[in-house]
Amino acid sequence: MDANVAAQATATAFPWLSLITFLPLLGALALTSVPRVHETLLKGLALGWSIVVFLISLGVYTSFEKGNPDFQLTETHEWITSFGIKYAVGVDGISLFLVLLSTFLTPIILLGSWTAIEKRVKEFLICFLVLETAMIGALVALDIFLFYVFWELMLIPMYLLIGVWGGSNRIAATIKFFLMTAVGSLLMLVAIFYLYFKRPGDAPPSMLLSDYIGLDLTKTEQLWLFAAFALAFAIKVPMVPFHTWLPRAHTEAPTAGSVVLAGVLLKMGTYGFVRFAMPLFPEAVTEAIPYIAGLATFGIVYGALLALAQNDVKKLVAYSSVSHLGFVMLGLASLSVAGVQGGMLQMLNHGISTGALFLLVGVIYERRHTRQMADFGGITKVMPWFAVMFMVVTLSSIGLPGTNGFVGEFLVFVGAFTAKGDFDLRWHVAVAATGVILGAFYMLWMFQRVMFGPLTNEKNKTLKDLNLREWVVMLPLIVAIFVMGVKPQFMLERMEPSVEKFIAQVKSPKATTTTATTTGRGTIGSTASTTATGSGTRTTLPVPNLKNLGAPIKPVQVIKPNLPADDHAGHGHGPGEAH
Amino acid sequence: METNLPIHLIVFLPLLGAAINGLLGRRFSWTTITAIACMASLVPFILSVQAFFHMRETGAEVLRQVPLFTWFATGTFSVDLGFTIDRLTAIFCLNVTGIGFLIHMYSSAYMKEDEGYFKFMSYLNLFLFSMLMLIMGENLLLMFVGWEGVGLCSYLLIGFWYTDHANADAGKKAFITNRIGDFGFLLGMFFILYALNSQGLPMSLSFEDLQANAGQFSELATIIGLLLFVGAAGKSAQVPLYVWLPDAMAGPTPVSALIHAATMVTAGIYMVARMNFIYVQSPMAMTVVTAIGAITALFAATMGFAQNDIKKVLAYSTVSQLGYMFMGVGVGAYAAGLFHVITHAFFKACLFLGSGSVIHALHHEQDTRKMGGLLKKMPITGWTFALSTAAIAGLPLLSGFFSKDEILWKVFSNQTTLIPGWVFWLVGVAGAMCTAFYMVRVYALTFTGTYRGEPEEKHGHDAHGHDDHGHHHGGVKYDDIHESPWTMTLPLVVLAFGAVFGGLLGLPHWMPGHPTNQFDHWLEPVFGAAHGLKFLDNTSLELGLMAVSVGLAALSALVAWHMYAGKGKHLPGQIAERIRPVYTLVFNKYYVDELYAAVIVRPIKAFARFSWRVIDDGLIDGVLVNGPANLVHLTGRLVRLFTTGDVQRYAFFVLGGVWLLVVVWLAE
Repeated sequence: MDANVAAQATATAFPWLSLITFLPLLGALALTSVPRVHETLLKGLALGWSIVVFLISLGVYTSFEKGNPDFQLTETHEWITSFGIKYAVGVDGISLFLVLLSTFLTPIILLGSWTAIEKRVKEFLICFLVLETAMIGALVALDIFLFYVFWELMLIPMYLLIGVWGGSNRIAATIKFFLMTAVGSLLMLVAIFYLYFKRPGDAPPSMLLSDYIGLDLTKTEQLWLFAAFALAFAIKVPMVPFHTWLPRAHTEAPTAGSVVLAGVLLKMGTYGFVRFAMPLFPEAVTEAIPYIAGLATFGIVYGALLALAQNDVKKLVAYSSVSHLGFVMLGLASLSVAGVQGGMLQMLNHGISTGALFLLVGVIYERRHTRQMADFGGITKVMPWFAVMFMVVTLSSIGLPGTNGFVGEFLVFVGAFTAKGDFDLRWHVAVAATGVILGAFYMLWMFQRVMFGPLTNEKNKTLKDLNLREWVVMLPLIVAIFVMGVKPQFMLERMEPSVEKFIAQVKSPKATTTTATTTGRGTIGSTASTTATGSGTRTTLPVPNLKNLGAPIKPVQVIKPNLPADDHAGHGHGPGEAH
Repeated sequence: METNLPIHLIVFLPLLGAAINGLLGRRFSWTTITAIACMASLVPFILSVQAFFHMRETGAEVLRQVPLFTWFATGTFSVDLGFTIDRLTAIFCLNVTGIGFLIHMYSSAYMKEDEGYFKFMSYLNLFLFSMLMLIMGENLLLMFVGWEGVGLCSYLLIGFWYTDHANADAGKKAFITNRIGDFGFLLGMFFILYALNSQGLPMSLSFEDLQANAGQFSELATIIGLLLFVGAAGKSAQVPLYVWLPDAMAGPTPVSALIHAATMVTAGIYMVARMNFIYVQSPMAMTVVTAIGAITALFAATMGFAQNDIKKVLAYSTVSQLGYMFMGVGVGAYAAGLFHVITHAFFKACLFLGSGSVIHALHHEQDTRKMGGLLKKMPITGWTFALSTAAIAGLPLLSGFFSKDEILWKVFSNQTTLIPGWVFWLVGVAGAMCTAFYMVRVYALTFTGTYRGEPEEKHGHDAHGHDDHGHHHGGVKYDDIHESPWTMTLPLVVLAFGAVFGGLLGLPHWMPGHPTNQFDHWLEPVFGAAHGLKFLDNTSLELGLMAVSVGLAALSALVAWHMYAGKGKHLPGQIAERIRPVYTLVFNKYYVDELYAAVIVRPIKAFARFSWRVIDDGLIDGVLVNGPANLVHLTGRLVRLFTTGDVQRYAFFVLGGVWLLVVVWLAE
């Protein structure tokens, strides 16, 4: 307990997370006071501002303590007291790199669409900065209500991005995107309310996520609630068959919209599974795993087949996302360290690679105002450096070793194949691995149709290679592709403890309870103890062996007088187990 | 054994060369590019030689250095980036860097005029890097990295003249076919990890650990072996995945020599040899490897009969020879299979470079029907080609004779495969007869007789596999044909020397004064697991069978010489006429490409289109997503009919309702 308070004292020393969450919003507010005629100034300000946010977010990385599975850099403030709703934020290994991905991609996108956005530039920039706040907020929120607010807040700027700056069919695409996402979200909201009222009557009101992990729910309740959460997230991921909004939204969205959609927004779905749906309802997860893994595997192959049939480059990339996100879900479904780590890595990889692909498609679209492969061919001749970058990103997308795509894919496969669970996912892996063949097929075929062959179309003969701005946009992504492919360890080692904790929460929920790093008032000890071993007499935690660990695991034992606390917090090991 | 030798440099110098030329080469002169690329292959060769002699002197079995870093690790899975040289690797290092350097040198002349010269040399360096990663990586995953890397380089180099769709198609075909193989490789690797994990062992793929835990794989040895072999069959172009290699001849000829003959395509044999401790546990897997090798050896050799493109003949020959190597490693005679890898590298690289020299001299003509009589004009090319032809045909005392006959004997005498060895032996001898025939044929058509390519003669444009990138096809006058420059002929001479004398590396036990085969002896520590395999020991039978196979091959060669260089020049046409259906079948390569297109590629594309249009847009989006939306829409329109705000209409509804109630009431 003391340790926890101390940890919190240091953690709240500098509000890193609030800073990066709200700085973009502040920037958006500041932009409103700049007259719209100064377009370049507006763009420059937004870009500079987002770079500052990125640099500050590096502070989050350096302050992040390796080896700690729990939430760090936490901040907790009362917000809506009567409902116990708090402003509680924090990062752990699972959210850390997604936050960094968001702050990393935002300036790249802003610079990338420097010339592509021609109307309502000011609104576009404001929209984008608001979106950044919403994304980061959703990733760091530790209060379910706060998460929901940010989650819904993301929808509005995204809706505008496609609806205002999109292509000719943008309205239909926007409506489909909005309605499908909203339907899922609303069901989730109902589920959240249900959860809120399921809390023991004598417990103080709270919406903190940590207060709901291990909540005593019957299996039927778990299944329904999980279904509601999972539907919201599955639509966002998107998992087949909830994916049909994605290609339409991508095709109509401006490049910036597509990049942020693929780069970060889709990850909100998979993140939602890891952060909320799976830890909250572990028993339901056990039931649902065959379906999740099945849909994920089906999505991998099915998405690849759809990509194969496309003639529009951007649509091809959109459908390939369906396939790639299937890998993430397969990794999560494996509930093994390697698989979940691979899935996490694959989220980041997809953000980088697919983001880069959309930017590259944007580069030729800006020049030719077409994305039909038939309109291209032989582009390598006139745009050699573009060809090099396109090739690197293509290879990353098909998971060539040395690029980022490989490590994630490989770990997902290893994790799923060797998982020691109730489910044998070996057949799933065998089927999913055919996606690797199909991936090479559609990507290289597309590459050939666009880049190789004779340069026959007159309009293509005068195309200019990448300009300085486009170089600056692409280089960080290319570097990231190689860095993450060659030395991914700096990410994996920071994610691993949190991933292990996640697996423990889902696999053996009775052995883990809440860790109260977010609140000094403590949490309710595992209400699950009613179904646990039944030894309700222990009131102190056998900590000595944990102390020896020296590891920054901060177990919190909160004893409720009438409920025997059976378990201790931490890594998911039994009480007497050292490590 | 830890070593101070800079073995990391062997791997990374070519990468450095590739990076420098690739990024900056556009601005460099020919000399600078050449110097960088050649140094990046020569220095690793020198270092490899040094490592080899170091191992010979000290008797060391392994040289290793501390891994550079942990590539990635999570849970109990961990993989390091580290390199080792054992005796198997040492031989491959010499082969790859040695022949690699010669081909860099050759390319500096062959590709000099190409505007993408810097790119070409950069890719060659990148290939060396990947290939060295493949053979020197200390674990199976690094081998896979190199494996994919060489596949990438192969893709880039086959499609080097990308403006022609045929070349780009060939590159793509190579990559995707190899990916099918990689699918097997990956699953094999997963089964290995599965076996380790289910025994509670850490998931380490380092060869040292795998060998130490070999016993854990006994139950899964067959499936692991077969899956890995799928990968090997892809990379080494075996039935049914060989189809990419003949098309790969679309790449510049030095590429065909280096990648598609001497080094990369032998990676599958290397892998089976490296994983010998798995294969020896499964007679089933060994039988399949041997059988596929035998089928390929004969099948591909027959396709060599009817090809007119000089490089295509060599390509099918390579596929066939790779089959022999798999027969060797399949029956557990690892050293024999690897010996053929080395001798084949000499004579086949020499043949390819020789064909390149001819193609270069004839301004990119590859059709043997347009050649002839070139020996007088290109004596060095011609004689080295002749010696290499003799070597591949198995002329006694040349390198190919020793290595091929060792394989044939081992296959015959093996006691392990589920199919008796003599069956494979018969197939192998038949293949050897075909080999002698088509090689003599291609030599005779190219170098003997009279020149048939005088420019007056109009000729058709063969769409396949030309070294064609915008050069004229007008043909070259016989008098204008010149021998290639020394940078091209020197590699030919060196390789021909190897083709002739390479057999000395592994003289068989029956040669006087050679009680043990030096090559076998050198590799013995690597194949400890194979010691239990049983082979017949009967030297007189061995020599007798050899006499049979050599005699049959010689007969076949003489017939070919008679038909193509001697008095029987009318015979080929007559025979082709007599067996027209068979000839057409062979000429069209048994229609295998057409079969694959009809059975696999087109159905997949059609199914993809169906999935998109019918399942996705029609069913999922049209019915499941838009259906509810349309229902809401329809309900709205329906209800709108009643809620018009028109009081009279409301009154009508009320009245109508009352009447309805009255009717119902009366009816009861």
